[in-house]
Amino acid sequence: MSERVQGYNFAYLDEQTKRMIRRGLLKAIAIPGYQVPFGGREMPLPYGWGTGGIQLTAAVIGDDDTLKVIDQGADDTTNAVSIRRFFVKTTGVGTTEKTTEATLIQTRHRVPEVALKEGQTIVYQVPIPDPLRFIEPSETETRKMHALQEYGVMHVKLYEDIARYGHIATTYAYPVKVNGHYVMDPSPIPKFDNPKLSESPALQIFGAGREKRLYAVPPYTRVESLDFEDYPFEIQQWDEQCDICGCDNSFLDEVITDDQGGRVYVCSDTDYCHSRSEDMVSNESAGIKKTVALEQTKTPEMTCE
Amino acid sequence: MNNAMMDAVQAANRDSSMQAEQPLLTVDGLTKLYAPGKGCMDVNFNLYPGEVLGIVGESGSGKTTLLETLSARLQPDRGSILYHQKEGAVADIYEMTESRRRQLLRSDWGVVHQHPRDGLRMNVSAGANIGERLMAVGNRHYGDIRKVGLEWLKAVEIDENRIDDQPRTFSGGMQQRLQIARNLVTNPRLIFMDEPTGGLDVSVQARLLDLLRNLVMELQLSVIIVTHDLAVARLLADRLMVMRRGKVVEQGLTDQILDDPQHPYTQLLVSSVLTP
Repeated sequence: MSERVQGYNFAYLDEQTKRMIRRGLLKAIAIPGYQVPFGGREMPLPYGWGTGGIQLTAAVIGDDDTLKVIDQGADDTTNAVSIRRFFVKTTGVGTTEKTTEATLIQTRHRVPEVALKEGQTIVYQVPIPDPLRFIEPSETETRKMHALQEYGVMHVKLYEDIARYGHIATTYAYPVKVNGHYVMDPSPIPKFDNPKLSESPALQIFGAGREKRLYAVPPYTRVESLDFEDYPFEIQQWDEQCDICGCDNSFLDEVITDDQGGRVYVCSDTDYCHSRSEDMVSNESAGIKKTVALEQTKTPEMTCE
Repeated sequence: MNNAMMDAVQAANRDSSMQAEQPLLTVDGLTKLYAPGKGCMDVNFNLYPGEVLGIVGESGSGKTTLLETLSARLQPDRGSILYHQKEGAVADIYEMTESRRRQLLRSDWGVVHQHPRDGLRMNVSAGANIGERLMAVGNRHYGDIRKVGLEWLKAVEIDENRIDDQPRTFSGGMQQRLQIARNLVTNPRLIFMDEPTGGLDVSVQARLLDLLRNLVMELQLSVIIVTHDLAVARLLADRLMVMRRGKVVEQGLTDQILDDPQHPYTQLLVSSVLTP
């Protein structure tokens, strides 16, 4: 790894700020799903780009961590590359694209397809932390509603979905109940990922920079998606398979390839897709088409500058 | 309306009437003043199950303040409000935990606001408005919630195929009826109404009053209704309280007060009613 830049503290934030955030995190872990206010700092990137997540990562990252950053499942998009480069510059830690090798994962709007394991920490970037905000603009009132578990209005939203579309049409930021008490916004992950939150061996922490709130789901905590008895929670399904690796049970992105209506489906989790394709190549079982497709989408290895 | 539901309510009320008619609400020395003479002072009364109490008086006489204080939405300065709970225990509503108080407000009690806008969620459908209280008390079955919604729309004379329309597309009278349905869906025992017919034209008022009177009788509801319309009071209320400058100047049976007013202010009030 390259030398980190001089003139900044390790991981950009000063030690007192990191301690403040860690205290908040301890409280959040002690009360799963509860939103803890923290003194959010100005970060060198705009609100909405992950200022909350980046502050949590900065507060918990250490010399021996291996960092992975994803944006909508991809390791190679602007947001992911920029944040990864930021931490390489300010900490000099090792980075990886492999979910299995990472100790710390910062994510925007996806949970990796490969199951997380004990010892890993995943940091979510959150735009609006309070799931009740859409119906109740007052912060004092929503806090009271959380404290007294007055969550009837969350079902009003789902009722409206069914009345209007015939099914629960909420597809992302699908509200969940954590540990049987607090209703929590799981950040705008697709509801496909909601089941991965429950009983996960990894520590999950959530940071909202603009709203200055953080919350957490400790390892092995029950996370239930809200639903009706006669309209149970369901995740998205596709008739198609991934065009690159042939996977039929991962979250797929639809990619328009021309203006003739041509489209392909590919795994949203790029690391998962790569590792599956590589397995196929090494098994020499992959057809020509798939090898070609792999060559086209393969990205250069992440280099540190 | 659902017959089984009504039978259950009536049975419950018969049971409670057998318990030697304990008052549902006992109000003693209730005071909430914003300034001397502004608010309500020293209000005492008992409200029995199935009784309709009207509060009349001029604008600014403290009617609405009294109603808000009674319905656990405004902490009084002094005095007590004892509520006889379903389970039999009697408790002061301002000494309960906040969670219990809010639970009462959305299950045992109902509040019908003067402006439907204050009592309805204008941006969700009529069905969701009616179902909200059911979901708040733990009903998680969409089909059941929808069925009850349809029954209540019928009960308040709104066309059933309007269930998925937003209340903003309803007329004033329909919004008011929807608000009533939304409150009655959890079979409350006590309803607070603040000028439920204000702002409606006379023929719509008459139909709403007719509906209210029927519902009150069928469901054996206790109602506290604030109004400045003496005709409304005469039609609905069993007993009347006349307020002036924050004080109750006269109370008694409705007919008695309207036909033989004793206090000079009540005499003035009764004599100023226009007869067409």
